[in-house]
Amino acid sequence: MAVLIYAESEKNLLKKSAFELASYGRAIADKKECDLIAVVFNLKDPSTLSEYGVNEVISFEDPTLSAFKAHEYGVHLTSTAQEMDVDLVVLSSSADAKYLAPILSVSLMAGYASNVVALPESYAPLTVNRTCYSNKAFNTTILNNEINIIGLSNNTFGAHKKSTPLNVKSGEISPSSGSFKIEKVEKVTGKVTIADADIVISGGRGLKGPENWHLIEDLADVLGAATACSKPVSDMGWRPHSEHVGQTGKPVATNLYIAVGVSGAIQHLAGINASKVKVVINNDPEAPFFKAADYGIVGDAFEVVPALIEKLKDLQNS
Amino acid sequence: MKILVCISNVPDTTSKINFIEGDKEFDRKGIQFIINPNDEFGLTRAIWFQQKQGANVTVVSVGNASCEPTLRKCLAIGADRAFRVDLEPSDGFQVAQQLQAHCQNENYNLIIAGRESIDYNGSMVPGMLSALLGLNFVTNCVALEITENKAQASREIDGGIETISCGLPLVIGAQKGLVEEKDLIIPNMRGIMQARQKPLKVIPPTTSETRSEVIHYEKPAPRGEVKLVEANNLDQLIDLLQNEAKVI
Ligand SMILES: Cc1cc2nc3c(=O)[nH]c(=O)nc-3n(C[C@H](O)[C@H](O)[C@H](O)COP(=O)(O)OP(=O)(O)OC[C@H]3O[C@@H](n4cnc5c(N)ncnc54)[C@H](O)[C@@H]3O)c2cc1C
Repeated sequence: MAVLIYAESEKNLLKKSAFELASYGRAIADKKECDLIAVVFNLKDPSTLSEYGVNEVISFEDPTLSAFKAHEYGVHLTSTAQEMDVDLVVLSSSADAKYLAPILSVSLMAGYASNVVALPESYAPLTVNRTCYSNKAFNTTILNNEINIIGLSNNTFGAHKKSTPLNVKSGEISPSSGSFKIEKVEKVTGKVTIADADIVISGGRGLKGPENWHLIEDLADVLGAATACSKPVSDMGWRPHSEHVGQTGKPVATNLYIAVGVSGAIQHLAGINASKVKVVINNDPEAPFFKAADYGIVGDAFEVVPALIEKLKDLQNS
Repeated sequence: MKILVCISNVPDTTSKINFIEGDKEFDRKGIQFIINPNDEFGLTRAIWFQQKQGANVTVVSVGNASCEPTLRKCLAIGADRAFRVDLEPSDGFQVAQQLQAHCQNENYNLIIAGRESIDYNGSMVPGMLSALLGLNFVTNCVALEITENKAQASREIDGGIETISCGLPLVIGAQKGLVEEKDLIIPNMRGIMQARQKPLKVIPPTTSETRSEVIHYEKPAPRGEVKLVEANNLDQLIDLLQNEAKVI
């Protein structure tokens, strides 16, 4: 019996979600009195994982594994899980992890529950809470299999320090095969992504046009936040599709979500509901977003946002 | 080129969600069912391949008779034929196994499923199906071109886009971006009439297993009233975010 996490890294640095997964995995390993194993790919120094409760790292290093490939990573995670008698695999909710999980569930003959929001309710049988109906509801799911996979919703458990002695081993590389080739990766650099952000600033049709997006971007800059938008804003080409959040766009589960000029349609709210604190800035006091928000300002975005940016800048400089 | 699009029949996005039978079952009363939006993006791309590259488009759904109007709509949008696997599935793995059985007799070059459904939100079916069939797989697919026997597909990753090339057959998890909103096809009268003549075949399920079971549903706790802050009192907002909510 053991718990295994896939600790994601980028450019030799562990992602924030890796520490959250480690903390979550540690809490379960303590309950089950078993090891917590982390698998890492092309990561020089996994030692910080020991500060979050990981006691064994299997490290795979090979040029063919430098970029994430679901199939190849899945092969190595599968062999590790099988060799180390793993009965529970925990993955994050990143785009990569959600790509990997269903493949892994077939190769491990495992049950899989995505969007899990808390520690298991019980372990025999494994019973978890997850979101469904696009965040409009939760369900309790039983995974009654010899091996199971939990996909943990980002930002639900948090990272908690717990020092553990760590043993690092290198894993054996399996050769890759097949016609699958990554041709190119285009990444926006120096920008916080919606998936990793603690704070997201979202703009809606109320901003009138793409030329006004400096308001959203400047506010995001002072707060170190990611930028997002409503569906019509991306449909009209004001902003890229990758910023569209909601039921048919990206889900958002941040600590703070600030919506500017967004009405709060049911499909928009569904996607962002999992965020902990919601602020709305809208000039229409009847906008449905006020029913879903924690804090609200009835006012003109073109006045409120610049003033807010100034105040936050002053605060940082003081 | 033979394309299969897997269709999930889901509650309309505006639906208010309720549960019955002691919160063990979804209340279908008064709910309008639609093509899962991610599946519809995939179907629309499939119809593009049909029109521009002579592809043949099949749609399939695993479900009871109540999903037939949704399959008919897919035919009205332009799919050539439809199958319904006659089983009310209990989880994504079971759906993937049923689809696997269907695909094994058909030699599809391209299999499209939505990256996730908006009801269960499992993100399971396309990935599991690809693994069960041993085929290449790209999810969160936002662009797809096919020439000869080769695919070029783009995948949305956190913070960017990755472009992949691979051989066929291929399974993709479709999402918005694969086609634009304005490309979605609203069936016209002719399409609706033609759809009535197109084949919709019901096939019996094969044996399959489930690996998960939903035992209970719950709705989020009702939230407290919004705290309103005057537009000219932003210091108060900052104070609340810093000291009450502790998020900045
Ligand atoms: C199948 C389907 C799926 C959908 N999925 C999504 C989804 O995933 N995500 C999503 O966002 N939407 C989705 N929608 C669309 C959704 O129904 C709404 O149409 C959309 O969210 C509205 O976007 P908005 O709030 O930007 O625009 P609007 O509804 O037009 O709201 C603009 C708001 O800005 C305010 N405003 C105007 N001027 C100012 C000003 N000067 N200062 C401050 N406020 C101002 C207005 O009061 C208004 O509330 C979906 C719809 C359908 C049918």
